[in-house]
Amino acid sequence: MDITFNLFGGTVHLWPWPPSIPFDVWIENFFDWFKETFAAFFDALSVVFETVFNAIDWVLSYPPDWAFILIAAIAALFARGRKFAIGTAIALVFIVSVGQWENAIATLALVLVATLAATLIAIPLGIWAARNDRVSAFVKPLMDLLQTLPAFVYLVPALALFGIGVAPGILATVIFAVAPGVRLTELGIRGVDKEVIEAGQAFGATPGRILRQIQIPLAMPSIMAGINQVIMLSLSMVVIAGMVGAPGLGDPVTEAVLTLDEGLGFEAGLSVVFLAIILDRFTASVGKGMGLYAQLAKARKQRRETAEQARIDAEIVEMEAHSAESTIATPAGDNSKV
Amino acid sequence: MNDIALKAEGLYKVFGRNAHDAVKKLQKGASRDDLNGATAAVIDASFEVKKGEIFVVMGLSGSGKSTLIRMLNGLHPQTAGTVTIGEDSITGVSAAELREIRRHKISMVFQHFALLPHRTVIDNVAYGLEIQGMPKEQRIERALKVTRIVGLSGWEEKYPSELSGGMQQRVGLARALSADTEVLLMDEAFSALDPLIRREMQDQLLELQSELGKTIIFITHDLNEAMYIGDRIAVMRDGRIVQIDSPEEVLTNPANEYVEQFVQDVDRTKVLTADSVMRKPFATVHENSGPRACLQAMRENGISALYVIKRDRTIVGWVRDRDILDLVRKGEKSISGAIQHDHGAVSKDTPLSDLFIPSLEAALALAVTDEKERLVGVVPRVTLLAALGGEPDAAHSAEPVVEPLPEAVVDKILDSSAEKGGL
Repeated sequence: MDITFNLFGGTVHLWPWPPSIPFDVWIENFFDWFKETFAAFFDALSVVFETVFNAIDWVLSYPPDWAFILIAAIAALFARGRKFAIGTAIALVFIVSVGQWENAIATLALVLVATLAATLIAIPLGIWAARNDRVSAFVKPLMDLLQTLPAFVYLVPALALFGIGVAPGILATVIFAVAPGVRLTELGIRGVDKEVIEAGQAFGATPGRILRQIQIPLAMPSIMAGINQVIMLSLSMVVIAGMVGAPGLGDPVTEAVLTLDEGLGFEAGLSVVFLAIILDRFTASVGKGMGLYAQLAKARKQRRETAEQARIDAEIVEMEAHSAESTIATPAGDNSKV
Repeated sequence: MNDIALKAEGLYKVFGRNAHDAVKKLQKGASRDDLNGATAAVIDASFEVKKGEIFVVMGLSGSGKSTLIRMLNGLHPQTAGTVTIGEDSITGVSAAELREIRRHKISMVFQHFALLPHRTVIDNVAYGLEIQGMPKEQRIERALKVTRIVGLSGWEEKYPSELSGGMQQRVGLARALSADTEVLLMDEAFSALDPLIRREMQDQLLELQSELGKTIIFITHDLNEAMYIGDRIAVMRDGRIVQIDSPEEVLTNPANEYVEQFVQDVDRTKVLTADSVMRKPFATVHENSGPRACLQAMRENGISALYVIKRDRTIVGWVRDRDILDLVRKGEKSISGAIQHDHGAVSKDTPLSDLFIPSLEAALALAVTDEKERLVGVVPRVTLLAALGGEPDAAHSAEPVVEPLPEAVVDKILDSSAEKGGL
């Protein structure tokens, strides 16, 4: 006897062996439905992606390349120090010299848009997952899926939804790059010392306040590491983004593959590498207390501290002067023991 | 009723599935081991903490003490039972009400300090006030005062990571004190500190307590610490409170074998005081009695010296048999010439550790006086030794070793003086 029936517009066949299911038909049907239902949404999203991308691209390509390099080197000096500044300048000059400057700027813009979008998704999702085990149980396999599903597979529906251009490139990049952002945010929030959270609770802080004043600040290193990873993964997607028509360093790479042009391939490929290293070092230095900026900040803090301490000391002297009977009695504790 | 700061009644905390069934089973007398996978951390804990008291909950790790203290401010919701702080119940109230109680009635000091690392000392101290909604200037002013009280003046603008462990815990203490709550929970607050700092913090806590009069519930696994700071101690084992008593009672009257074993390692010289080991004074003489009566009393008790007291039992001094003997020989009628006034009596609250030197210096069993300087007992050296051995009963039965004059000598003197017609 046969077990065969129709389900969701396809024929399911269970017996006799081997069974077959029309999974492809289902997926196609699903995306058809998806496209129709969310057409307006994706059109809007596409416009947003393109607008933001164009804006950032315009800003980044506004200064002449030498001015950009100068600014980048100075920024590098402040963020990390002299060595990094020199390295940044040399790497960028290399990109200019091999004629990939415009592509590099486009890639940078694409990475920035994708990172922005991925961060906007990753941080709230990560926080939610950290606070809710059920969400976490759902998010974990979803992130596995996004990270391991071959990029070309979702590139096809992305193309169908957006058409050729920068938007599907950004979407594919976001999908691929969002996972570590979510994971490291969740990990960071969950890893916050339980006792410190208990301290917040014990003094009567609301959950929102604990999140803002305790969990997020203490999880910041982990969250920053997540954003750093998002940026790095975004960069590794530029080639694939280039295939669907997004401008940038993916373009020449694709071209090099098609024309077997090793020279062009390495010029563009090394440009990606340099861009990646520069972006990685920049983001990794956030909050590490490196570079000129940290030195200046330290000096400023020192001055402020001294001033504040002087103010406090003055206040104490004043307090002692005209409040012999303060609300709290002062023990004869000696500070020398401290 | 009004002097009760915190009251816990029938508190249970069971983790795992079917927690409420497990509580019912426990209430019917089931043991902790047959609960079908549920884990009972606290079983039927009931106690009252008086205002201004230091109540210590003592137990080894896994005894449920940390869970218990966290139920007192609702960090762990109880499975069954009630907790009342002052007039407010914290069990069965909404989250918002609970937060309100935590802001104003009860604060907490943590084992690993739990400071906010990204905030300065002063901002950490002001944290509770910030949550209470106090305006910035006011809370900083108050935090400054408290920071000074705990001895951290000059460190206000530092970050916790720049401070030593002891100083960090002072910040933790200041944070709890500045919230100005009646009840203070301290969860192993000094356990992470090294011994010298720990003792210093204990002293400071006692000092603060006597000045501020807070109600403190202190968790520790260190019995010496419990004995040192506690007004009363609750000993926990396997989730149950097995004894609630004063430190001395726990030491001298352990409720069961477990507590007894536990207290074996305690430095009893720091906990036990003179009045817990003293014996009834041996015969004493009145300052107006004559030398012969005095000598008689010594001979009857087989001792070589006596305390001389007034009618209201305050100590005048002491006399030695040899001096009395001289008086008898001289035919004196009063012993006043032989009284030595350096009696070295100690007050009955003196810990044993402070009795050794006086005991060595005293010519006879150390006299113990009450607050009105009246003689209430004596501590012979042998008693002191017996108490150290952990056998208070042995201390009472131990015979003092004294070397009175040979009886023959005394008799001869008494007889000879009788022949002379004296007395």
